[in-house]
Amino acid sequence: MKIHAFGVAKEITGAAMIDFPVDETFVKVKDLKNLLYRQYPDLINLPSLAISVNLFYASEDTLVNKHDEVALIPPVSGG
Amino acid sequence: MAESRYQKHIKLKGFGKEGQDRLTQAKVLILGAGGLGTPAAQYLNGVGVGTLGIMDLDVVEESNLPRQTLYSPDQIGLSKTDSLIQWLHQQNPATQLINHQAFLTPENALGIISKYDLVIDATDNFGTRYLVNDACVILDKPFVYGAVQDFEGQVSVMNCQDGPTYRCLFPESNQNLMIPNCDENGVLGVLPGLIGTYQALEAIKVITGIGEPLVGKLLIIDTLAQTHLKIGVPAIPQNKNIKALKPNYHQPMCASNNTVKQLDPEAFYHRLKKNLPYQLVDVRTTEEFEQYHLEHATHIPLQELQNRHLELDQNKDLILLCQSGKRSLQAASFLHETYPTAKIFNLSGGINALESSTKDEALRGNL
Repeated sequence: MKIHAFGVAKEITGAAMIDFPVDETFVKVKDLKNLLYRQYPDLINLPSLAISVNLFYASEDTLVNKHDEVALIPPVSGG
Repeated sequence: MAESRYQKHIKLKGFGKEGQDRLTQAKVLILGAGGLGTPAAQYLNGVGVGTLGIMDLDVVEESNLPRQTLYSPDQIGLSKTDSLIQWLHQQNPATQLINHQAFLTPENALGIISKYDLVIDATDNFGTRYLVNDACVILDKPFVYGAVQDFEGQVSVMNCQDGPTYRCLFPESNQNLMIPNCDENGVLGVLPGLIGTYQALEAIKVITGIGEPLVGKLLIIDTLAQTHLKIGVPAIPQNKNIKALKPNYHQPMCASNNTVKQLDPEAFYHRLKKNLPYQLVDVRTTEEFEQYHLEHATHIPLQELQNRHLELDQNKDLILLCQSGKRSLQAASFLHETYPTAKIFNLSGGINALESSTKDEALRGNL
């Protein structure tokens, strides 16, 4: 699965685009989050992290599989 | 209105004299006269927005100049709103320019924002951004959000028609301690110029009714990869149900009045020598702390402070420090909210300032 990582999420994952291994079957966004937390524990420190699937904000229950385009979007404060 | 000035606008199909008249009648408030606020102001003023309010209490600093390009070295130390308004008046003498030389607070927000049709959120910290959102929701004013970090930016039009609010994008949390707040992150000079100019463009679209403003859309730009994503954001109706501002938005020191006292290196050493009970708290990372630290410093990284503040002795003066004085300010601000009666000090300029202080050696010897 291709995942765009922005802002602090990019710092935590180490790349703007990560290739994250997931199974062919659909999982819920909350399950994907747990898989990501296992790989990148510091993501837990971003409670306001938004996740989009196919260019639309996803809820915890949105289904996602390896062919979807996912983005990790933390809030950004700078001005 | 000087038609010759705006002839290129008037010629534009779908914009015309009607669009120009709408700009002339519009009243726009720009919150923050920094990296985003200056380019937004430059273009909104150039295109003929009739009334522009500029709100900020900061002064121009040397490190602002690469991105806040309307300021010059001779203005360092001077008020940003005074300096910017002077520039804008030269650029377009017809604009009614209003100087709000203050930070937005829960006390002044509703009174000031109510006088405008649209707000540009060009602020630099989360607390103020939630305050802007709530005030605009209460007053039913659209606002154009923009934010930058490193090489990335975000733009969206919020609270416009049935579209989402800032709370729909990012639920409030005080646990996002890893995210830089309040002008402490790095940023490439050009980036806020891009994002602030996008904010001006979106404001013009909302005011004149042309095109499709970024309502319900978050534009994210990674300028290194030139990735531009436009993400759909659903509105959450209960987020529009705000009846009153909160008394406190946890705005950091850099953007509100607060009672954390700043110590420069001289005052810092002076204080240590006074024999008053104190606890030095270094909030840098473990790596930084291991590289170098002051002898009597207690180490609690900023990210852990939320869980470990009970380790501090609040009966002593708490002196917070970090490398440059910014993370420690965040920590001091947090501690001040948690322990309003404790005496909390911030070492301004941090360890960098101690190291460049010429009296350093001699003074440190007295520790």
